[in-house]
Amino acid sequence: MNNRQWDEKKFRQVSRRELLKLAPLLALGAFAVPKWQEGLLKKGLGFSDWASGKMFRSGHMATTFENSELTSFSKFPINGYDVEDPGVIFEQWTLTVSGAVQRPGEYTLAQVQALPRYRQNTRHVCVEGWDVIGRFGGARLADFLRLIGADPAAKFITVNCADDYYESLDMETALHPQTLLCYEMYEQPLTREHGAPLRLTIPTKVGYKQAKYLTDLKVTHVLDRVGYWEDQGYSWFYGL
Amino acid sequence: MRGEVIEIVRVEPKPRVEVREDAAEAKPKADLAEDAEVQAETEVHTEDTAAAEAKEVVEEEIRGDDVAASEVEVEDVPVVVARATYEHPFIVRLCHWINLVALFVMVASGLQIFRAFPSFGAKIPQKDLLHWPKAYALGGWLGGGLQWHLTFMWIYIGTGLLYLGYQIFGGNYRQVLFVPRDIPGVWPMVKHYFFFGPKPPAREAYNPLQKQAYTMAIVLGALSVLTGFAVWKPIQFSWLAWMMGGFHYARIWHFCIMWAILFFVLGHLVMVVLHGWNNFVSMLTGWKKDPDY
Repeated sequence: MNNRQWDEKKFRQVSRRELLKLAPLLALGAFAVPKWQEGLLKKGLGFSDWASGKMFRSGHMATTFENSELTSFSKFPINGYDVEDPGVIFEQWTLTVSGAVQRPGEYTLAQVQALPRYRQNTRHVCVEGWDVIGRFGGARLADFLRLIGADPAAKFITVNCADDYYESLDMETALHPQTLLCYEMYEQPLTREHGAPLRLTIPTKVGYKQAKYLTDLKVTHVLDRVGYWEDQGYSWFYGL
Repeated sequence: MRGEVIEIVRVEPKPRVEVREDAAEAKPKADLAEDAEVQAETEVHTEDTAAAEAKEVVEEEIRGDDVAASEVEVEDVPVVVARATYEHPFIVRLCHWINLVALFVMVASGLQIFRAFPSFGAKIPQKDLLHWPKAYALGGWLGGGLQWHLTFMWIYIGTGLLYLGYQIFGGNYRQVLFVPRDIPGVWPMVKHYFFFGPKPPAREAYNPLQKQAYTMAIVLGALSVLTGFAVWKPIQFSWLAWMMGGFHYARIWHFCIMWAILFFVLGHLVMVVLHGWNNFVSMLTGWKKDPDY
């Protein structure tokens, strides 16, 4: 074999040069700098949200299930961030609609219930990792947005809740046929712990996006408040 | 450059000749000691008998009277002290080390996420599988764990794709990919490692068992991404989730594949320790000194 010959000095030089070429690796050290860490992770999460938005297909339905596959109602977890019952007085309850809509004002539960009712058995996925299959019934948010004359060019929906929880949604998800203003579960009126009188059911989103005890709904071009958990550091889009 | 073999040579230094010239002058003791050291080192590195003989010839020449002639001889007959092969192309090394960091972050943040619901059963009633200590998790809380996980997954996927693309289109996959003709060589390697059997002769950079392990690791890496997408996007990638038995099972697969990868890493580390410094350095510089083949 006619091998090339290098003296030891050249071998050391080449080895050193090859080692130095790995220097870009040190850039990852930026994540270890306390001052930069939060900002970098926020950017990373933002990139994931952007990618999530691109992956979302408005015509793609979440899997639906047979009644036999449902999690029993008693085993459907109740998750609230504050109280299980914020004490909504049903007789006085209205949904306050504002923002980029033609018909702002107070809407009653009867007006929501007058819209076509859809019932669906869909999977509810919690950010923690558990999942249950529930039966949800209500009006399509898309139908309600038509009822209030929402500006089709608006980008977001924000909601406020009786327990001071707040959330926001991208318009594409809001218009998804499986996104419901939910007023019944398992064909029974929504119970207080599950968000009576009105909550969001969004099978294409993770659990914390599906706000309960709705009191206000705003259609907007610019988000002023994103969401309670998002403000703690969770993902905003979190589409499934 | 990949697969290139070189010989590392030591050319007998000229100063030896010069020392002879001014031998009359008193030579400091330190210098003498250094000289002896150099000579001893040379002898240690000279494994090739032919090279050793050549060196003796050279030394005899130096002792001769014609200084100028011996100088020429010294430069013409270099002593081979080692061989080296270029085993790991730059992209492979870069991906290897970035992926190592990304994998570490993915595992530690993944376990942080798992801590939020350490079970694969129902939420009600909840039966915890294990309580992973917070000290060995990254992110501090579920949201923090998710931030790390959803950031580094892009780095993990990015280096994975760059690596795969390079291996496939650069042709380097032949060094790693376990193919049917490697099968007969697996058992002798297993016997060597686990039952103290004789060491089968090495013919290429990786032995059959090594190829099998690395190919498996690459497959596991791909599966970790696919199961991850089934957990993260069970609706947009409903076909993936379906293949794994739905969201619920995808989460179990994702978890199991993490342990399989960690098991590989453990074996990999043991082998790195067993195979010594030159082998380890080759993953940093690309060049492996004194290869077995």
